Amino acid sequence: MANTRNLMPGPGTIRALKVLLFLLCLVPLGKLALEVFAVAGLSLGANPIEELLHRLGKWGLNFLLITLAVTPLQRLTGWTWLVRFRRMLGLYAFFYVLLHFLAYAGLDQRFALGPILEDIAERPFITIGVTALVLLVPLAVTSTNPLMRRLGRRWKQLHRLIYVIAILGVWHFYWQVKLDTLEPTIYAAILAALLGYRAWRAQGRRIGGQKWGRSKYSAHARKSI
Amino acid sequence: MNQSTRIRSWEITSETHYQNRRSFLRNAALSAGALAAGAALPASAFGNAPGDYPALQTVPGPYGAGEAPNSWQDITTYNNFYEFGTAKEDPYRNAQAFRARPWSVKVSGECDKPGDYTYEDIVGPHTLEDRVYRHRCVEAWSMVIPWVGFPLADLLKRFEPNSNAGYVAFKTLHDPAQMPGQRRPVLRWPYIEGLTLAEAMHPLTLMVVGLYGRELPNQNGAPLRLVVPWKYGFKGIKSIVEIEFTRRQPKTSWNIAAPDEYGFYANVNPNVDHPRWSQARERRIGAGLFDAKQPTLLFNGYSEEVSSLYTDLDLRTNY
Repeated sequence: MANTRNLMPGPGTIRALKVLLFLLCLVPLGKLALEVFAVAGLSLGANPIEELLHRLGKWGLNFLLITLAVTPLQRLTGWTWLVRFRRMLGLYAFFYVLLHFLAYAGLDQRFALGPILEDIAERPFITIGVTALVLLVPLAVTSTNPLMRRLGRRWKQLHRLIYVIAILGVWHFYWQVKLDTLEPTIYAAILAALLGYRAWRAQGRRIGGQKWGRSKYSAHARKSI
Repeated sequence: MNQSTRIRSWEITSETHYQNRRSFLRNAALSAGALAAGAALPASAFGNAPGDYPALQTVPGPYGAGEAPNSWQDITTYNNFYEFGTAKEDPYRNAQAFRARPWSVKVSGECDKPGDYTYEDIVGPHTLEDRVYRHRCVEAWSMVIPWVGFPLADLLKRFEPNSNAGYVAFKTLHDPAQMPGQRRPVLRWPYIEGLTLAEAMHPLTLMVVGLYGRELPNQNGAPLRLVVPWKYGFKGIKSIVEIEFTRRQPKTSWNIAAPDEYGFYANVNPNVDHPRWSQARERRIGAGLFDAKQPTLLFNGYSEEVSSLYTDLDLRTNY
């Protein structure tokens, strides 16, 4: 691990990679746009609104999981610089989830407030989906450097909301499918692995920390005797 | 009026279908790269036009929908037929090699003429009718489909149901080798459905063998499928291999899978929501990205014909 840490890309490379990633994250949207306008024979199929809705939602979930994968990946590879891309990935998650909601509210419900509020109040899978979107807003808003600095430790606490958001998102997906739960189950398994890794690390830290603390204390105690 | 010279509503649009087909083939060639990515429809898309299926000799039937039918493309590529996979395009992708002949249907139960009947036995004596029906899926989308078939009643009468018969149960072929969707226990296989005898004998209830004047494509339930236009689409069991007259209400697949969401009757009803979504409105397939949903009609607009079947039934508890 120590060796790979030396492979730190320079600031120019990071910047170039960021531009590349930015464009890469737009590919799903670009493909949808081509399909919407039936470019090059692409199409959204017989039920375009449903297709658009599902694809945007799935990309929102994909980006949530990709964002959550950054920390474990960074730990496992030792590539600490990966964290430099996390904010962009998180903002893209918000972006696709927001588009997913706008497609639902605008195209599917045609901004009819009554039916939308009824859906949110009465259909649990929509309730939790909208909750996930609402919880994403403060994370997106506080993603700037100045706010990060100003909030300090509280920023970290606030951004742990992503764990809750991802669980709500996958749950929303699971609850929405008619009967075949294979795909949402795969998402749930990936999410469980990503969150489980964190829990495992946290526990390891706690146990390790205690040991370390005890030995320090005992050394100190010995000295004082 | 000479019926054979009457122009049927769906014939008017056939031009566009051939146009669609041509542009589809051209586009398929253009977007070969996209196809390779597995995102679009596969190469078997070539040849999906009415002209690729044998024409059937038909006469115009009653009950026109009074609406323009959906395109051949939409009707044959957007299907719920879980035996071939749960995605809408799966049946089209996975049913092309399905062998719909030779075919036989086992008839049993409370009737005087049980036995094994071949497809030809079943269909032979009947005059095939073109019937344009509204089709409403429980998922809140709908189509207008020009089916070819004959009244189920005419078929059932041939088996001479006895006085004990109160219901008719149907079964789909169970053949995981041909039906890849059956390799996963999404539903309990084989698919089973049922109707009350009165529903089965209703003149709207159709035994379907074709589409757009052509033989039924595999993905639409070849060679024999049921169409009950005032009920949600899942009542229209496909690729039927068994018909049984029963005394008691038969079990049905979706009711077994999720009893609180899918009942035995499954009549189209805008006033009784699915627990997870509203049934008040429906998305018409073929409408544009910016078109609104349309109101769902009680009994899918066939109230006049069928409401008398349910005068003593609470439609809210018997969903």
